[in-house]
Amino acid sequence: MKPAFSVIFLTTLIGAGQGLFLALYTGQLYSFFDLLPAQDSRSFYAAGSILALAFLCTGLIASFFHLGHPERAWRTATQWRTSWLSREVIVLPAFMGMVFLYGTAHWFDWRTPLFELPGSRAVDATIILGALGTLLCFALFVSTAMIYACLRFLQEWHTPLTVINYILLGGSSGFVLAGAFSAVDAPQMSGFYAGWAIIITLLAFITRTASLIRNARIKPKSSMRTAIGIKHPRIVQKAQGAMGGSFNTREFFHGKSLAFMRALKPAFLVMVFFVPLALLAAAMTAPSVLLVAFIMQYIGLLAERWFFFAQANHPQNLYYQGI
Amino acid sequence: MTQLALVIDLNVCVGCSACVTSCKEWNTSGAAGPLCDTNPYDAEPTGTFFNRVQTFEVGEYPKTETVHFPKSCLHCEDPPCVPVCPTGASYKRKEDGIVLVDYDKCIGCKYCTWACPYGAREIDEQQKVMKKCTLCVDRIYSTTLPERDRRPSCVLACPTSARLFGDVHDPDSVVSRAIRESGGYALMPEWGTQPANHYLPRRKSTITIREDQLVRADNPLKVDGKLPKPSRQEPTLDDVTSW
Repeated sequence: MKPAFSVIFLTTLIGAGQGLFLALYTGQLYSFFDLLPAQDSRSFYAAGSILALAFLCTGLIASFFHLGHPERAWRTATQWRTSWLSREVIVLPAFMGMVFLYGTAHWFDWRTPLFELPGSRAVDATIILGALGTLLCFALFVSTAMIYACLRFLQEWHTPLTVINYILLGGSSGFVLAGAFSAVDAPQMSGFYAGWAIIITLLAFITRTASLIRNARIKPKSSMRTAIGIKHPRIVQKAQGAMGGSFNTREFFHGKSLAFMRALKPAFLVMVFFVPLALLAAAMTAPSVLLVAFIMQYIGLLAERWFFFAQANHPQNLYYQGI
Repeated sequence: MTQLALVIDLNVCVGCSACVTSCKEWNTSGAAGPLCDTNPYDAEPTGTFFNRVQTFEVGEYPKTETVHFPKSCLHCEDPPCVPVCPTGASYKRKEDGIVLVDYDKCIGCKYCTWACPYGAREIDEQQKVMKKCTLCVDRIYSTTLPERDRRPSCVLACPTSARLFGDVHDPDSVVSRAIRESGGYALMPEWGTQPANHYLPRRKSTITIREDQLVRADNPLKVDGKLPKPSRQEPTLDDVTSW
């Protein structure tokens, strides 16, 4: 497939925004159970929510560049019964709204206890809004990933690993971002976030590597023989039905050499996993490197997402052997 | 239930692209607006087409044959492009099974092309909406065209009658009979899309002639003309009839 930069930016930006929100709420839950000192509502949770919203908004804006008719985008909310894309379009604003409410509740310090859990832990509005936000956050991860994972013809994507990778890569990126944010805002939290970021990044490394291994061993279901229905092992295309190319020769090919693809794979593995892991380990003593870790990993994620799209080999390419 | 479809006979198709040009001519002139082109009369011409003819060479020289392969939307009975559409612009008509795009609802996100294993859909680069074969839906139900012209443009244009049009759910239709009697098959059956369009395979046209059919058994001397009438006593060819 031809990677579209609008979609690459959409998925990586909202992934980081979602991960950051999960990190904020995880931190809040830890202090809820008295495992971590409570942070300032306004300068930490509200400011963090604003940062998460900034990432989500930028991602949403990027997605509009993918549409031929952005003015009709409202129609995309109608087919949620069948289309994962439609579900994503509904869940993304819903999640953004919940992050906004979560941030607002923290900003205005709506901490009046609503009810009590055993152990005299007072549950307030921010805890409930955060829990709802977490649900929507995972629904968004699943919707985004299922857009790709539900296409059975694209065998590289049609696996539960796609969903797991979206969750873990977004989570990794968000927790590194939370670490970078807390290094500035609440330095005593950065070790906590860096620790979680290491765990999630390691998990993401395992699942992303698993999907790379799986994809390297894929046997295409379709062949030239099933594509045109002629049972002969040697079929060579002589004409593609177009002189100057067509939509089919442009949309489904990444246009880069095999050598480029081969080089990109280790490059993104280093940028997304090894460099951030080394910097996260270093961050235990010097939290300021977390911002560098986030930026390096984000650049790596752009390459990772580009590779994710480019690697998918669409069966329609069988009809365009000349490319 | 009706399922209109094309049956394309690869044994007969000569790859003249008359179906391509007539399709383009009809569908670029309709109420739905043009099928836009870029550089149509220049180097690197490209544009939107519903139908294309591709050419494949099968086998190794000298045992090769050239297969011309017309390729358009197959109007699948279970079209994977329809449920993924986020706006409902892509739909399959209940009454005749034609898969259509509502150009006024399409947002041009191209997700349906990802979901079509056949690459049957093409985006119109100028109108920014997805386009595909409509089975000439504005022709086949026309009330102004003469009855014999109410068929898809490509079918009417084909000089070798390689394209048949009809209802594949009606066992007595010309398309159903062709599929049944000439080994019609669907493309990429492994995906379970159940394409309505079928293709008829290449087949050798042969007749078997035995040696004794070339030489008259009752004319061993190979003399043409009327044979002399044998007498009644002589044995006849079949021992029954009398000359």
